[in-house]
Amino acid sequence: MQTKRPVIDASGLKKAFNQRTVIDSFDLIVDEGKCIALLGPNGAGKTTTINMILGLVIPDEGRIEVFGQDISHNLRKIKQSIGVAPQTDNLDPDLTVLENLIVYASYYSIPRHTAKNRAKELLKFFALEAKQDEIIQNLSGGQRRRLILARALINRPRLIILDEPTIGLDPQARHLIWEKVEILKAEGTTILLTSHYMEEVQRLADKVIIIEQGKKILEGEPIGLIKRHVGEYVIEIPDGGQGFDGLKEDLDGCNASFEEHAKRLYIYLKGPCPQAERLGMRFEHVVKRPANLEDLFLRYTGRRLIEDHR
Amino acid sequence: MIKTVSLLFTRVWLRNFWVWKKHVRASLIGNLGQPFLFLIAMGYGLGRNVPEINGLSYLQFIAPGLVASSVMYSAAFEATYGSYTRLATQKTFDAILMTPVSVYDLAMGEIIWGATKGLISGLIMLGAIPLFGIVPSPWTPLLIPILFLEGITFSSLGMIMTAKAPNYEFFNYFTSLLITPLFLFSGIFFPIESLGHIPRMIVNYLPLASPVELSRALCYGYLNWVTWERLFILLAYAVLTSVCASLLVRKRLIR
Repeated sequence: MQTKRPVIDASGLKKAFNQRTVIDSFDLIVDEGKCIALLGPNGAGKTTTINMILGLVIPDEGRIEVFGQDISHNLRKIKQSIGVAPQTDNLDPDLTVLENLIVYASYYSIPRHTAKNRAKELLKFFALEAKQDEIIQNLSGGQRRRLILARALINRPRLIILDEPTIGLDPQARHLIWEKVEILKAEGTTILLTSHYMEEVQRLADKVIIIEQGKKILEGEPIGLIKRHVGEYVIEIPDGGQGFDGLKEDLDGCNASFEEHAKRLYIYLKGPCPQAERLGMRFEHVVKRPANLEDLFLRYTGRRLIEDHR
Repeated sequence: MIKTVSLLFTRVWLRNFWVWKKHVRASLIGNLGQPFLFLIAMGYGLGRNVPEINGLSYLQFIAPGLVASSVMYSAAFEATYGSYTRLATQKTFDAILMTPVSVYDLAMGEIIWGATKGLISGLIMLGAIPLFGIVPSPWTPLLIPILFLEGITFSSLGMIMTAKAPNYEFFNYFTSLLITPLFLFSGIFFPIESLGHIPRMIVNYLPLASPVELSRALCYGYLNWVTWERLFILLAYAVLTSVCASLLVRKRLIR
């Protein structure tokens, strides 16, 4: 029942830099109020996709509509309602925390007085009020990230783009940012997220798109994807030199698939498997845990990378 | 894509102005030191032993040219070291381009900012000239738009270098191969008319030669048809270099 037009509607995107294809036949639909995550290894084309939406990389082929308007005609107007938190820290080191927000607001033609009020609200929301007159160099990594997020919200955007919003942060700082993003989500803001923290994606995203080498390899709602492509449970067994001979036969009748890498056996279970419960008696350090996005990601991208290295 | 320049270029200008206000003093002294020292050393020192040129003492002869050269130095310096820092080191341009500000707004804002800094230096030099016993003519206020156009030319030339620069060292080419020769050979220190036919033709079309001649003509109030020719050359330089700089900045930032 999708009657509304999607916030982002891109199709057939292609881009090559110096004959090296970075984005290949890529489609992207982001519906209003949803959080979509682009998941992929470094260099998969996540940031390039974002830059295409912002008109900073011009696709060789394909078309992009944002808010129902073609970006090649209405870019300035479209960007008026987009907020971006980029991966690289590009806060203005010549300005203080508060000035960063006020000057940034001026690029959106927000009147000075309104800008100042909004800036103060945002600093409060991100627990940065005490830092407002501080220069950027004096902020910690987590504080800088929060300020980048605050800056992305200064124009009250309908769409926010978060490119690796918690990269390089300690767990406390990361959780604080997730909390804030969840509040924004609850308020109905549409979010396009890139990340390679699975926990982040699993917590925030309604839909994930796994991309590798510029191509979409999987797309769907995280839990469903995990169940379908990985299973419900994962059993990990480290190889203590005994080998895994005969183990697969023992699990006959279970809906199980196997994968061995880095001297570790992964058993992905799609249903109940009483035999598997007894593996702990034969092997040491057996771990049984629910399947997660990381398993999915590694199954679909990890292996291929290893093959590439050979 | 956004093909036009909008009024958003003023926001880029204002951002730079805001930052400049914080460090006015250091910035002014940095840019004005050199022309002042030249005026004193050459005008007072060397000038005592140099005969009059076209009825002007040597100090009087070189002073208006040094006004023009201070514009060149400030504008060129800002559009290279200043703009390149914002482009590459601080990533300020990347941050700006995520907003509705287009790459042409950005380039225009930066160029006009460089020209503004040039103009500020030029005006301070001009204001200081009476201290050396030179009384400027009533035409002198007309010099303001001329110095601004000169600023546009040199900040655009600087932006062209910035758009092409892989690192700061790259600007050494610009300074040693363009700015310094222009400073020495654009008729600030000797009259162009005294050169042979061919060198004179070349020097006449150097981008600093026109502002130097215009500055001298307006300071001492001798205007003639050559003034118009000079103005035309200056205008052509300003338009050509700024268009070229904008296109190259786009090429660097939009892939």
